[in-house]
Amino acid sequence: MTEAGVAARRVPLLEAIGISKSYGALRANDAIDLAVAEGEIHALLGENGAGKSTLVKIFYGLLEPSAGELRWRGAPIALASPAEARSLGIAMVFQHFSLFENLTVAENVALGLPRSEPMAGLAGRVRDISRAYGLPLDPHREVWRLSVGERQRIEIVRALLQDPRLLILDEPTAVLTPQEGEQLFAALDKLRRERRAILYISHKLEEVQRLCDVATVLRAGKVVTTCDPQQESSASLARMMVGETVPPVRRTAVARRSTTRLRVSHLNHAADDPHGVSLVDVTLEVMGGEILGIAGVAGNGQDELFAVLSGETPVSNADAIAIDGKAAGTATITERRRMGAAFVPEERLGHAAAPRQTLSANVLLTGHATGGLVRHGIVDRKETTTRMEAICRTFDVRKAAGDPEARTLSGGNLQKFVVGREIVQVPNVLVIAQPTWGVDAGAAAAIQRALLDLAARGSAVLVISQDLDELLQISDRIAVMFNGRLSKPMMAETVGREEIGLLMGGVIASHVSQSGHAARP
Amino acid sequence: MTLFEAVLLTVITASTPLLLAALGELVAERAGVLNLGVEGMMIMGAACGFAGAYLTGSTFIGAACGVAAGVAMAAIFALLTLGLAANQVASGLTLTIVGLGLSGLIGGSFVGQKIEAAPQAHIPWLSDLPLIGRALFAQDGFVYASWLLLGLTAWFLYRSRGGLILRAVGDNPHSAHALGYGVRTIRLWAVLFGGGCAGLAGAYLPLAYTPFWVSGMTAGRGWIALALVVFSSWLPGRLAIGAYLFGAVSILQLHAQGAGLALPPQVMTALPYLATIVVLVVVSALRRQAGSAAPASLGLAFVPER
Amino acid sequence: MRLVLEPRPTHSWPAAVAAPIVAIALTLLAGGVLFALIGRDPVEALATYFFEPLTDAWALQEIVVKATPLALIALGLSLCFLSNNWNIGAEGQFVVGAICGGGIAVAVQGTEAGGWVLPAMILAGMIGGAAYALLPAVLKVRFGASEILTSLMLVYIAELLLDYLVRGPWRDPQGFNFPTTAPFEDAAIMPLLIEGSRVHWGAAVALVGALVMTAMLGRTLSGFKIILVGQAPRAGRFAGFSDKRLVLTTFAVSGALAGLAGVMEVAGPIGQLQPDISPGYGFTAIIVALLGRLHPIGIVAAALFLALTFIGGESAQITLKVPLDLTLVFQGILLFFVLACDTLVVYRLRIAKRSTTS
Repeated sequence: MTEAGVAARRVPLLEAIGISKSYGALRANDAIDLAVAEGEIHALLGENGAGKSTLVKIFYGLLEPSAGELRWRGAPIALASPAEARSLGIAMVFQHFSLFENLTVAENVALGLPRSEPMAGLAGRVRDISRAYGLPLDPHREVWRLSVGERQRIEIVRALLQDPRLLILDEPTAVLTPQEGEQLFAALDKLRRERRAILYISHKLEEVQRLCDVATVLRAGKVVTTCDPQQESSASLARMMVGETVPPVRRTAVARRSTTRLRVSHLNHAADDPHGVSLVDVTLEVMGGEILGIAGVAGNGQDELFAVLSGETPVSNADAIAIDGKAAGTATITERRRMGAAFVPEERLGHAAAPRQTLSANVLLTGHATGGLVRHGIVDRKETTTRMEAICRTFDVRKAAGDPEARTLSGGNLQKFVVGREIVQVPNVLVIAQPTWGVDAGAAAAIQRALLDLAARGSAVLVISQDLDELLQISDRIAVMFNGRLSKPMMAETVGREEIGLLMGGVIASHVSQSGHAARP
Repeated sequence: MTLFEAVLLTVITASTPLLLAALGELVAERAGVLNLGVEGMMIMGAACGFAGAYLTGSTFIGAACGVAAGVAMAAIFALLTLGLAANQVASGLTLTIVGLGLSGLIGGSFVGQKIEAAPQAHIPWLSDLPLIGRALFAQDGFVYASWLLLGLTAWFLYRSRGGLILRAVGDNPHSAHALGYGVRTIRLWAVLFGGGCAGLAGAYLPLAYTPFWVSGMTAGRGWIALALVVFSSWLPGRLAIGAYLFGAVSILQLHAQGAGLALPPQVMTALPYLATIVVLVVVSALRRQAGSAAPASLGLAFVPER
Repeated sequence: MRLVLEPRPTHSWPAAVAAPIVAIALTLLAGGVLFALIGRDPVEALATYFFEPLTDAWALQEIVVKATPLALIALGLSLCFLSNNWNIGAEGQFVVGAICGGGIAVAVQGTEAGGWVLPAMILAGMIGGAAYALLPAVLKVRFGASEILTSLMLVYIAELLLDYLVRGPWRDPQGFNFPTTAPFEDAAIMPLLIEGSRVHWGAAVALVGALVMTAMLGRTLSGFKIILVGQAPRAGRFAGFSDKRLVLTTFAVSGALAGLAGVMEVAGPIGQLQPDISPGYGFTAIIVALLGRLHPIGIVAAALFLALTFIGGESAQITLKVPLDLTLVFQGILLFFVLACDTLVVYRLRIAKRSTTS
């Protein structure tokens, strides 16, 4: 190798030197040093809120750093826009896709490419390149027909068509089944062999240990360390990510089973719109004192199931759903609340809570029929305010003084509020979707503890979540949702992750029979 | 002229303003903007068009004035809805109210005046064809413009990159913004185009359809154009079909009276409005079963986040 | 140069109150410019339009007369708009209310009818208006048809119906062929609130209605439903509030109020049925509702202001020879500024230099 070649090998492709980014008093990034080399898969580890997204947005030209310097192949650069980043050879695949549901794959790819790319023959190029990396796509399909994993491929193909030197991926496996994840890893491996660099953001330790050569751990905006993840243990990586150990929330002793409090029997419901998923022969039972977890990649009918359970989507068969033994299938959500059920949907702002209404008004939102808050049609303002303060005290909801609007609360605090609002009513049945999505570790632990406490008091709790780790931690039993079908529940303590993964990916069929077990591969 | 020729001729002329106005609105809605001010833009186009033609003696200048008026009104709408993220429904109503009042002011001094109707261009040989020759190939410039615009719009939306971007903006402005497209700029062009078409459609009325000005002469055609866009499922081809169907209904009364039907005149005048309601109901009901074909972001304000 | 809108973190009370006032001020300014453009002295014209009527007792009473239907209709519209239902057809509901109530008056022509006539007319007007408003509501709920377009089409149909009735079956045989009914008899006329003026009891009804609605929206569960469903429809469904039922209820109430305004107008200031019974109250009421920020008390104030523009317009037509269309232009400009200022209540506006982002 020549002198120049040796030098080229040592000069990192992208280097961040002392990068800081502040939003007023908040320091999202604090003097970060990071270097990514060619042919390396570099992990950026950290939990929610550590500053990973902010940092890569700086790398991609979406944000300007408040301080520090970026270098590309040793030369200082200042990126004013993603277009400039792309011209250097930096491509990014975001967690939230920028896709157009009613347009085809080829049209979506075309829109993601710069103007100069010829549109003719694009369909063919999409097909070829997607196949070459093991992520095949049909260029003429409309996006709304595709699964989440396939949609991610569109974003990846957009990036690949620009022949990137550095590919940044933000939590790519959050929306993939384990099997789809494998396909992605194979593609990344191919990219590595082509001497490209990959910056891989994740909070999943096992993945990072398997895939990555180097890991930079961020916590609270600062670099904790840069290490070789394959030399570290999961425990040490976790400690670096989280800092002081947050005691893992665990199920206590096996809860006493009482009666079946929530039963769903052979529920069928056709999707209301063509983009939705039909529920097919869904059967489940949740006993008092237990937590049943429903795992699955988003988009397999969880939203539909929640809406059917809450009553926001009515079904025709009253007996398909039973709360404490009483038929509830045709009951409205208010009637179900009167029967002792409570619900916490996935979307905090706009669904669980009205953003522009005060917190006490939001207490009224779910408690108007059951909470003693309304007399003869007139709202008892004093009582709602008292209730609201009690909820905030009990669940440590940090808010401005008085009765602020719901949108002023941070994600974690609002989530504690909407969960606490239901739990203080001590419902017999609680159905909750994505309980800790986008929530900081402290709030997440508090919420999980609250759910366990509620179950310990004899209530039946149904948790729908994309976070398999969370479900394995707090559930007694776990069932998997795929394509509108629910598998038979399995004991959380003994079930294997691989089996769940296969169920999530639909690789093994989930037959629910009166007496049988899930089909074994 | 045979009855068939007469009917065909009147259908085409009655449908032309509907087609023009609806085409413009279709493009705006494809970009995600609901402009209820079509009636206001049309009536301003009529008033300014007539004024321009009367003062200069040229139909062409009159038409240009009409287009300019429509564009100016659309610019006001754009300022409100795109620049200030105001509610699109209320903003459209603003346009209609201002347009109705302002057009009355402008047109006031021209009431009772007459001008030369727009000249017709007879395409040689084709206009001598039996049955369809006079109706299709001996029309004035507005009619030919409407057909040209129809073709251009269809080509633009489906065969050009610009049209793809416009459809993308209407489908998901947030994705478009994330990809670096100027959502508000694109919507601005779409809205201005819509205004120009509405202005041209309005100008057609006093310049070609009936060569004089009367206050309120659009008589709700702008609203019918809006309904037509819904009817067309935002597809230019279907829009043309709808426009000609509606044009047929609206002049039915003339031929019905000619045929001696003894219904009160108000019933015949009410027909287009009744038909609009029926069409809206049928189309909406069908769409409910099939899933919406509307641009997903229609009517929602887009405020880019920094 | 770009207009950048940043959402305000909290609801700004000062801005919410100031916005309508600023809008009015800007409208006056724009009006001055408009007057100058058509060759009138701006100051003199503005004074004629907006200030002289306030100094004349007769004009003040006429303002109340015009404000009454505006306020009534706008109160009903506010319920619709708050819950995100766009009732653009209030003008048609006004006309149908007038037809239904007026029909009773026409039916008792020449008989010695008793005191039951006026209450019956009012009831008929309210029911008629409500039923007519339920048409677009039902079409929306059942078929998903746009209530904006259907309610608007119904306006044209209602006006044509009135036209047919007063030119045909209900025409006054002794009316020299004018297209009007015979003048209503005393039993069918609204009692006056202020003797010697045309101010009738409808004004009191409007005021009471505003107070009732304030209490309803602020303190009852129904009021909470309306506001919540309009603000956050998904949260409203989650709360168990049926948005379909709300569409029907708000449209019915709104139609009833518009119909009430209609029958009181023909039983009061007009005194008969004729083709033209409204200078566009149903549409101006939309502006009233928005100017009043959808709050009942604000609506009363806004109704008075917009009534002022009508009276000022009539006065200016006589003394300055300014066409009545100008009133409509004023109202449109006012709506424009109301919407613009409204944005500033929710957002902060910045003018940013063009960045290099594509």
